[in-house]
Amino acid sequence: MRGARVWAILGVMILVLAACGDDGDGGGGGGGGGGGEDLTIGVSWNNYNEERWAKWDEPAIKEALDAAGAKYISSDAGSSAEQQLSDVENLISQGADALLILAQDTEAIVPAVQSALEQGVPVVAYDRLIEDPGALYVTFDNVEVGRLQAQAVYEQVPKGNYVFIKGNSADPNADFVHSGQLEVLQDAIDSGDIVNVGESYTDNWDPAVAQTNMEQFLTENDNDVQAVVASNDGMAGGVVAALEAQGLAGEVAVSGQDGDLAALNRVALGTQTVSVWKDARLLGNAAGEAAVQLAQGTPLEEIPDTVIFTTPVNSYDMTSILLTPEAITQDNLDVVVDAGWIATDELCQGVKSGTVDVCG
Amino acid sequence: MAKTDVSAAGPLPETAPTGAGRSIGDVFRAAEIDARLVGMILALAAIWIGFHILSGGIFLTPRNLWNLSVQTAVVAIMATGMVLVIVERHIDLSVGSLMAAVGMVMGLLQSDWLPSAIGFDHPATWVIALVAGLVLGAVIGGFQGVVVAYVGVPSFIVTLGGLLVWRGVAWWLASGQTIAPMDSNFRLLGGGSEGTIGGTWSWIVGVIACVGVVALQMQRRRERARYGFRLRPMGIEVGIAAGACVAILAAIAVLNRYYLPPLLAERRGAPPGAQISLGLAYPVLITIGVTILMTVLATRRRFGRYVYSIGGNPEAAELGGIKTKRTVVKTFALMGTLVGLAGAVQIARLNAAVSSLGTGMELSVIAAAVIGGTSFSGGIGTIPGAVLGALVMQSLVSGMVLMGIEAPLQDIVVGIVLVSAVAIDTTIRRRTAV
Repeated sequence: MRGARVWAILGVMILVLAACGDDGDGGGGGGGGGGGEDLTIGVSWNNYNEERWAKWDEPAIKEALDAAGAKYISSDAGSSAEQQLSDVENLISQGADALLILAQDTEAIVPAVQSALEQGVPVVAYDRLIEDPGALYVTFDNVEVGRLQAQAVYEQVPKGNYVFIKGNSADPNADFVHSGQLEVLQDAIDSGDIVNVGESYTDNWDPAVAQTNMEQFLTENDNDVQAVVASNDGMAGGVVAALEAQGLAGEVAVSGQDGDLAALNRVALGTQTVSVWKDARLLGNAAGEAAVQLAQGTPLEEIPDTVIFTTPVNSYDMTSILLTPEAITQDNLDVVVDAGWIATDELCQGVKSGTVDVCG
Repeated sequence: MAKTDVSAAGPLPETAPTGAGRSIGDVFRAAEIDARLVGMILALAAIWIGFHILSGGIFLTPRNLWNLSVQTAVVAIMATGMVLVIVERHIDLSVGSLMAAVGMVMGLLQSDWLPSAIGFDHPATWVIALVAGLVLGAVIGGFQGVVVAYVGVPSFIVTLGGLLVWRGVAWWLASGQTIAPMDSNFRLLGGGSEGTIGGTWSWIVGVIACVGVVALQMQRRRERARYGFRLRPMGIEVGIAAGACVAILAAIAVLNRYYLPPLLAERRGAPPGAQISLGLAYPVLITIGVTILMTVLATRRRFGRYVYSIGGNPEAAELGGIKTKRTVVKTFALMGTLVGLAGAVQIARLNAAVSSLGTGMELSVIAAAVIGGTSFSGGIGTIPGAVLGALVMQSLVSGMVLMGIEAPLQDIVVGIVLVSAVAIDTTIRRRTAV
């Protein structure tokens, strides 16, 4: 697959070279273009080797570009921040009129972004923050993800002992999500209705680590836990395995995010309360459309539906498109089925008939 | 059997006077107790008591110790194999990734491939999946061994490649998806409330272990007497046997005081308030079994002697007629098999196969072996030591979670303990060697 992509990139490079020098100096490339024709959008993946990019994001981006008649070129940095710097340079010299960058590192990518902006190539920070106010930040609202998780759990358990299973401590998204959770729950924590009886980061968002931590929290509290706010679906899986060993699966509210197939199955089974679903296709579409507009010369502030997002490290005010994620619970499982995200038989494996509408 | 007293009555001196004033080292030497093993047990005891106090009396409860025993299993199983690899002056960096790849195959077998052939939750599913995992692990491990031994690529490089390759394969097998749930019989391998042998059987296992220890000691003593080796003083001999038995039975007694969670007991139709002992969990039994087998293999079999002599001096071993290359391949194949077994336990415990399974675990496994006294200069290392090393590491992690210490600080503590343990060990070894 990777090989095919390399060939595709080589092919595009040759085409670009053959189309010859009109765009050769790279400077001010997209400024004058009238329609979407002749535009090239470069996408720099940090690590294409994860299921979602190939399956959901890339097709959605391509769809948006096709609709505008723009061309798609891409590169993969293989999880290397250094590699990504040269990838960005390469995409620009291949004639990209705008860049979509899924940054490996929010800070390390900044020099490349600035150099692109200086050459008149606008940049979209795709899904992950880039600490540079010149870029357009397009993502799902991670704070909102945390809010939705906490709301769903709080509705089911307004009073009781809560455990918080947070993501990787080095990932800013882990803290965004957790801050959203606290926004919803802080009042109840202050009033004493909710007691935080255990909280930990999880190395690499590793489900096995989450399971071990959950076992320890259950031991510490002698099983007196009513709700677990887990930050993603993989870790929720580890939590549910730990709860099952104590006969508590289904008794304790558990949250997650991503709409993992196994997690949606747990939602149908009733062992997980909510999975906050971020439809990557919406993200890809929005980012693709925004990139085309930027390449056509639309200034940042005139892109529709933007808000100002203040970055956590440098407090930059970034022009951002923040998409709203959706909380999937047992009541609205039809949403993921209708969207073609999951097949009914996968969703309903092991579900007793009559318990969930979608499963009959 | 009737002649067991021959040794005591034999012409051999019962060693040294029993007067006071002897140093502890002398006592250990007379008793032929592995001083470093005792040191580790003492360190472990100190860690446990420390955490017990710091966690407000939670650490040394039957429930936490039961958890600890299950949580240690996966790393401990692999550490027994890593000892032999390191003793041979090699290294295996691929175990974490290999576990993910083999785990993914076992997961797909029971949730995808076999159900379409013989149906979901078929009684044979777990055996097929487990055996497939063990064989696959052995084949891949053996292949890496061949590249190391016959092609001559350093094991660090071969298994570094493996680390990348097998992680990629694990992802590629299911495009990064989480595979769940596992077969219900297979899940027993992971422990949980069902995957245990119960209180009565745990006692039986304890008594058998006790009898085994005594029988082993008697047989050893007889053999030593036969070949005219020096014998341990009878008092010490009895003391060791009694100590081991008390320790085994005490461990069983403690673990048996962890009862089936009330919710589950009710669901199984037990009267309210009933206390059903969970007993030893299957992963713990597997770990104990593997430890015994591997110890026998390492100390009582020709293969084990070859491994240690290759580690001590590879050229001498080769010149001495040992088929060193074949032994290296066997060692890596054995390591792979253990990785398959550990992977089975891990996915059964998690009730899911994920492509990130065992990320970074190679380092835990190597650390466990090294804390357990395995030397990178080769030739030195024991299997029980590595298992204890795994227990020390998991105790640190579990204890710190109980105390609410955050993950980055946990890593700092574990790192410092790792280096300190080896530093102390090296210093002591240098002193005693002089």
